[in-house]
This record gives sequence, C-alpha cells and structure tokens, in this order.
Amino acid sequence: MANPLRAEVVQLYKTLLFLGREYPKGADYFRDRLRAAFAKNKDVSDPEKIKELISRGEFVVKELEALYYLRKYRALKKRYYETE
Amino acid sequence: MSARVLVGVKRVIDYAVKIRVKPDRTGVVTDGVKHSMNPFCEIAVEEAVKLKEKKLVKEVVAVSCGPQQVQETIRTALAMGADRGIHVEVSGKDYETLGPLQVSKIFAALAKKEQADLIILGKQAIDDDCNQTGQMTAALLDWPQGTFASEVTLEADKLKVVREIDGGLETIKINLPAVVTADLRLNTPRYATLPNIMKAKKKKITNVKPADLGVDVSSRLEVLKVEKLKEAGRI
Repeated sequence: MANPLRAEVVQLYKTLLFLGREYPKGADYFRDRLRAAFAKNKDVSDPEKIKELISRGEFVVKELEALYYLRKYRALKKRYYETE
Repeated sequence: MSARVLVGVKRVIDYAVKIRVKPDRTGVVTDGVKHSMNPFCEIAVEEAVKLKEKKLVKEVVAVSCGPQQVQETIRTALAMGADRGIHVEVSGKDYETLGPLQVSKIFAALAKKEQADLIILGKQAIDDDCNQTGQMTAALLDWPQGTFASEVTLEADKLKVVREIDGGLETIKINLPAVVTADLRLNTPRYATLPNIMKAKKKKITNVKPADLGVDVSSRLEVLKVEKLKEAGRI
C-alpha cells in the first residue's frame, strides 16, 4: 500500500534535513519549514499523489545542492580572482 | 589502467565562517568553529573520482594530515567516491606548525609507499593560502607538475593539462607520474549525500604516523603575530 513509499518519504525527509544544516538562513529555520511542509501532506494516501510529492522533494534537494555550490563558487571567485 | 591516485584533503575553517583573530594575536579562533574540507580539495577529489568513473584510474586514495578530527574530512572524500583513506596522525604543537614543506614530504613518502601514479591536490588552502604543497611535492619526487589546472585529460601515458595563468590559458603535456593542483573551474564537486556517507562508513581509513614514513614534521618557521587587516579591501 503506502508502505514502500513510506520508506521513500522518510529517506527524503532525512536527506532534506541533512542538507538543511548548511542553509544560509539557519538550520533551525529550514527544519521548522521542512516539518511544516511534510506535516501539511501527512494525510495524503493516493500513491500517485505521494510519488508526485516525493519528486517535488527531490527537486528541492537538487535546488539546494545547486544553491550551495553557487554560493561557494561565487564566494571563492570573488576572493581569489580579479573581477574586471 | 592500474593507476592509483592520491588526493590530498585538508580540514579548514568553513569558507562561509567569519574569521576572528584571537585576542593574544597568536592565531585565529578555531575552537567550536565550523570546519569543512578545503573547497579546492573538494575539486581535487571530484577530479580523481571522475577519472575513476571513466575507468582511467583504478583506485582513489584520500589522504589528510592532522588530529583525530580530520577523519571527518577523509569520510567526506570517501562519500564523494574515494576508495580508501589514509590518516597521517599529527597533533598538538606539530599540527600547529604543520605547513606545506612538511605535508609535501609526507606526500612524497606516501606516493612512493603506495606506488601512486598521480597526485591531485587543491591549488591552495583557504586558511593559509600558501599555494606551495603541490609544487614542493613535485619537486621532492622529481615529478612533472600541472598546477592551476582547469582541465585535465589523460592521453595514453601522458597528461594534458590546461592551466589558468595570468595571461589566459596554457596547455601543457606532461609525463606520468605527475602532480596536479586543482583550480576553481576544473569541475563542479558533487555533494556528499546522506546515502553515500552511510556507504562510506564501510570504507577503510588506515592510520599512519609521520615517523613511520621517515618524515620529520618539525618546522623552522615561527609565527610572530596574526592581525586583522586594518584597511578596507580584500580580506
């Protein structure tokens, strides 16, 4: 039923929580909003809808990774390279 | 290809942290401050892992020198795809004075011991900004060096390296074994995700002491003082 999906959802939550530690506005800010976002959808039971929400979550994971990379790249570029 | 790559990773204060100088001006505050892998070292690890994924090298070994905490940094490298790690134990006073000369001696000794064919390092560490370890390591081993690499291609038994220099880009071809230092635009390092970190726990980290490698880590340098820059400008 929703059981195999439950493992995926928990995995997604843990991944996002782990990524949130480096969030620029603070790990606590991120964690609160993460919990709110997951709690809002806790009664969804349609597997299709759950899969859709999971892929939305995975999209956020990619967005966060890109955010962190760009932040670091821009900081290092500014520090070490002449800006013309 | 049976090539083995050694990658150096350094544990430094995280790039986003605001650095504070200690009141006695002997150094910067490191206690309780967030540390992470040197960004240029991340790029070095990524390049080594990419070479392994292209099946051009067989094994990627991550090496770090320092106290117990550097194991976290080695674990991050393992999570990014390195096969195993080597922790060179240096602590206390020795760690405070550990600099490029000592680290390059350690790497030279390890390269011989592990029979490495390629050493990839970050071009410089964001804490000391020395930009010396790669060059010194190559000199000690009498290996060619491709520094400030923004592109590395393996062609048979030679390495084509595109270097970022003041005038633009310089392309050189060097023999293996060689030392390469990674510049910012070499690649985009992957993020060490939670599942990969879990998998990396099974990978092995061996402990080694500098004495075992026959390296003397004493320094002939003495830090007189550390101060914050007074004028506005680049810090």
